[in-house]
Amino acid sequence: MKKSVILGALTVAGLAAGAAAAGTLDDVKARGKLNCGVTTGLVGFAAPDANGNWDGFDVGVCRAVAAAVLGDPTAVEFVPTTGKTRFTALASGEIDMLARNTTWTFSRDVDLKFEFVGVNYYDGQGFMVPKELGVSSAKELDGATVCIQTGTTTELNLADFFRANNISYEPVPIETNAEAQQQYLAGACDVFTTDASGLAATRATFENPGEHAVLPEIISKEPLGPLVRHGDNEWGDVVRWTLNALIASEELGITSANLEEMAKGTNNPEINRMMGTEGSLGEMLGLDADWAKRAIAAGGNYGELFAKNIGEETPVGLARGLNAQWTNGGLLYSPPFR
Amino acid sequence: MSDQSTNSVAFVAEGTIPPSPPPARETGAVKWLRENLFSNIPNSILTIVSLYVIFLVLKNTMPWMLNGVWTTSSLAQCREVLNGETGACFSVLTERWNQLLYGFKYPVDEYWRPNLALLFMIVAAAPVLFFDLPRKLLIFTAIYPFLAYWLIWGGTIFVPLIALLGFVVAGMVFQTFSKGSFAIGFFGAVIAAFVVWLGGGALIPESASENAFLSSVPSRDLGGFMLNLMLGATCVSLSLPIGIVLALGRQSDMPLIKWVCVIFIEFVRGVPLITLLFVASVMLSYFFPPESTVDLFLRVVIMITMFASAYIAEVIRGGLAALPKGQYEAADSIGLAYPQAMRLIILPQALKISIPGIVNVAVGLFKDTTLVSVISMFDLVGMIRGPILASTEWNGVYWELLGFAALLFFIVCYGISQYSQWLERRLATDHR
Amino acid sequence: MTTTTDPHKESFRLSMLIYDTRYRSLTFQAITAVVLALCIWYLGNNLIQNLRAAGLNIAFDFLGDPSGYDINQRLVEYDSQSTHARAALVGLLNTVLVAFLACVTATIFGVIAGVLRLSNNWLVSKLMAGYVEIFRNIPVLIWIIIIFTIMTAVLPGPRAFRGDDPAASMLFSSFAFTNRGVYIPMPWFENGIFASPTMNWLLVLAGFALSWFVAHRINHWATVKQEATGIRPKTLLPLLATWLVPFLVLMLIMGLSWETPELKGFNFRGGIKIGGPLIALWFALSIYTGAFIAENVRAGIQAISKGQTEAAAALGLRPRRVMNLVVLPQALRVIIPPLISQYLNITKNSSLAIAVGYADITATLGGITLNQTGRAIESVLLLMLFYLTASLLISLGMNAYNASVKLKER
Repeated sequence: MKKSVILGALTVAGLAAGAAAAGTLDDVKARGKLNCGVTTGLVGFAAPDANGNWDGFDVGVCRAVAAAVLGDPTAVEFVPTTGKTRFTALASGEIDMLARNTTWTFSRDVDLKFEFVGVNYYDGQGFMVPKELGVSSAKELDGATVCIQTGTTTELNLADFFRANNISYEPVPIETNAEAQQQYLAGACDVFTTDASGLAATRATFENPGEHAVLPEIISKEPLGPLVRHGDNEWGDVVRWTLNALIASEELGITSANLEEMAKGTNNPEINRMMGTEGSLGEMLGLDADWAKRAIAAGGNYGELFAKNIGEETPVGLARGLNAQWTNGGLLYSPPFR
Repeated sequence: MSDQSTNSVAFVAEGTIPPSPPPARETGAVKWLRENLFSNIPNSILTIVSLYVIFLVLKNTMPWMLNGVWTTSSLAQCREVLNGETGACFSVLTERWNQLLYGFKYPVDEYWRPNLALLFMIVAAAPVLFFDLPRKLLIFTAIYPFLAYWLIWGGTIFVPLIALLGFVVAGMVFQTFSKGSFAIGFFGAVIAAFVVWLGGGALIPESASENAFLSSVPSRDLGGFMLNLMLGATCVSLSLPIGIVLALGRQSDMPLIKWVCVIFIEFVRGVPLITLLFVASVMLSYFFPPESTVDLFLRVVIMITMFASAYIAEVIRGGLAALPKGQYEAADSIGLAYPQAMRLIILPQALKISIPGIVNVAVGLFKDTTLVSVISMFDLVGMIRGPILASTEWNGVYWELLGFAALLFFIVCYGISQYSQWLERRLATDHR
Repeated sequence: MTTTTDPHKESFRLSMLIYDTRYRSLTFQAITAVVLALCIWYLGNNLIQNLRAAGLNIAFDFLGDPSGYDINQRLVEYDSQSTHARAALVGLLNTVLVAFLACVTATIFGVIAGVLRLSNNWLVSKLMAGYVEIFRNIPVLIWIIIIFTIMTAVLPGPRAFRGDDPAASMLFSSFAFTNRGVYIPMPWFENGIFASPTMNWLLVLAGFALSWFVAHRINHWATVKQEATGIRPKTLLPLLATWLVPFLVLMLIMGLSWETPELKGFNFRGGIKIGGPLIALWFALSIYTGAFIAENVRAGIQAISKGQTEAAAALGLRPRRVMNLVVLPQALRVIIPPLISQYLNITKNSSLAIAVGYADITATLGGITLNQTGRAIESVLLLMLFYLTASLLISLGMNAYNASVKLKER
């Protein structure tokens, strides 16, 4: 075994990601690629298309970070992770950041030593049932068989919800989303539960989406966001402010269409600071002046990313809801660029 | 007696009567049927039941197979074409053919590389599998791993060249010194190899991979059936030498070495492969130096190789035990040292006896490579369960995909096991 | 490399440590020990550094925390407030359950297929050869997924049983085959002697034990009688009575009745539920391993030379006794060791339960618990420890058996 490790480590020196000595930011720059952990496939958030190109909302965040740091939105190595492998992959340095609809919880932040840099999607766990069951509220689900995708906070929320309402259920834990769907469609479970966004994405792929209804109850708070390792604050800042740049640019009206114009300089000092024509925000981050411009150019601002991947025009068809800007009654509120 | 004329007994036959044809129930198809299918009542019942089972299976699958649709681009279209009739949507296979075989990320323009590597693998394996082929082909077999590495991963050719050079230098050092003592030769060879690897590794320029003749492909981009084949081939060939060492170690009379081998073998054989893969995916990263990361493919290869070598060690131990004691004593009596006796007398015979067992382990291991789909690697099964079934176009196509996977594995494994049986027959005659 | 580890002994030349057989083995072992220690130190050191860098530690106290998730298939009391250790225990028992069931059925499948493969019926033997080849040459993971898919797609959901003109109906109005599992009637006692059902069943078990003991005594008595007189007394009726009477009496006293499953709400309630994942895994493991066992059985029967049968017949033994006294004991000697290693394989392959959502120990401890607590190293270590213990126990059993049937050669 020993021999194979050394031999392998030597011959595969080209394959193994390089040294990670100073900080993640320097590593990424030296490597010329960003290793970004995503899910193994959830339509709208992160899924490879027929040609193997990754596409989706979470993927957009990865690409924005790559564009900000490396100047190239395609310089991303997408690492598919499961619920089981994602945290080890991040902790061991296999990936630089995780953008895999991961819920920000106390224990993940504190006990598992990760740093959530923000929230890119405010979600909550919901239920989907076939309309023919005639169920209109999750509280009527006494005795139902529930399909869950394992490796998420979903199991815990589910147990809490049914316990709090003093009704019983039978959980069927399934490893992949595709198999959970198969079980649900075949009637092996009455209810399919996951984050509401996931439900919409899943329903979008059904043959007859109209035969299935998402119940009104949202039983948990699921702030999903990208995360990085604890203790590497420079890198955490880069990812955090890239995400904030995406959100703030929507608020400030910067879109990929008027980006060039805005970058020439405007009357709004905050836009100028963000675009790098005023102040030295990029330098403070350890990047160059037009980092934010590149991040927005990669896939547009938050609103554009949302509309393109999961918005109402797409098969996933999610409304902005909580994910609207605070000016529109949503929760998105980027700290000022100052 | 002699006057009995031929005329007086008119009814005596002059020649033998030509044999009459056997009754109809004792010839041809009828006889065969009667003897093989309907020899008695229980047999007849069994036959009828079997025929019924075959009929049922065919009745349910044939319309589905024959009515298959091969040319649509999504399940919805396929259902439209079928228009409510039974039929398979084989178009998922044609549309996702490349993904099933190469995974979804291997560059399309480079498919010729793994294809060529597979072709070379057959050439390289031939002299090992068939003893009649000229021995000179073994040189190609020795070069093959490095060639295949270069073909599949691409990048600078210096990496495989230096790896090969390390082995060549080690072999030369061994040749020179092993005449004096096996141990000095062996350790000298190991040290020489490391010197070459470390020195050579330092010489390769950092940017060598960037504009190499073959563009480099990260191992994360490998997938599909190719990944199964690669894992199987790599791990079996790596585990053979380790397995031999472990088997010899287990038979050793040095207690420390013996117990290290026993504990290793029994530990690995005692746990399921999937827990070892969990180790590879969630634990092993913690055991490498903090500033380095080793990619998942390599971690998986390490764990599967460990797994396979323990099983191969047990097979070879069986081969060693099956050799008559006289062989060991004869080797001792002509004054051969342990390494010589092993190399010249014992191992050639023991390995020959073990080949069918080793082939069985290889088949089992190849089948077990599908387990990597559980730890988010996209092998054939992983591709099916992940990207293909999760896609909007093909959400809900199970039978076609699973049947295809089963068929591919069946062809390869059945082929290997037929070879193993052929070999067994051949080796059996050699002993008589 | 060698010299650094050599002890300094002036009276020897250093080269003796390599060339002199008296010391060579010591040298090699010393080198091994040093290399091994270096490896362990290297890996351990890396682990400590990595954990420190990530701010983690290795601790098993997470096992005492409430697990927070539910498990649908459980043999012992468990709910989401139970601890992770309890969840692991539930998983462990589920592993043992499916492994045991699969061992039994795999043996049945294997013996039938192995014997039929030697049948002189051409069609049947070819059919069995086909079964063996098809199942042996396709990965068990694919079989598990295929069989689970067949179950979900072919069997009706509980919804199909509803309505005035249901698409599916129950067998004998008491067995329901759904894609969530099979529901069968559950026996229970109307007026059990004890309050808890478990105690009542233990009582029934005790009744059987008593019957077994008495039957044993009767056989013994018959043998003694036969040895004394040469005539074996007829024991069939007393034996039958011994087995049946206590059982029937107990059943009558306690009032055996059956609780049949009924469709209520979303699911069938009442009766015994054998979950779909359990059935799929059980069946897949049995039919896959059955193919291997069939080969072992065939090899075992073929290994007995024809001379043995003929010699036994020449001694005047009747065919049944030839089989029982001559062929079987010898064939079993060949069959049982590989059979037990197949049992070992079943136990290990049952870890693929995660592919079908069966809550075995890999799915609880190595799955949800690992995911929820993030304690990867601890969970995987415990998991391996469990399988290792199980394997060692089975191996011990095998070794004991091998020793007991070993040919006593002189």
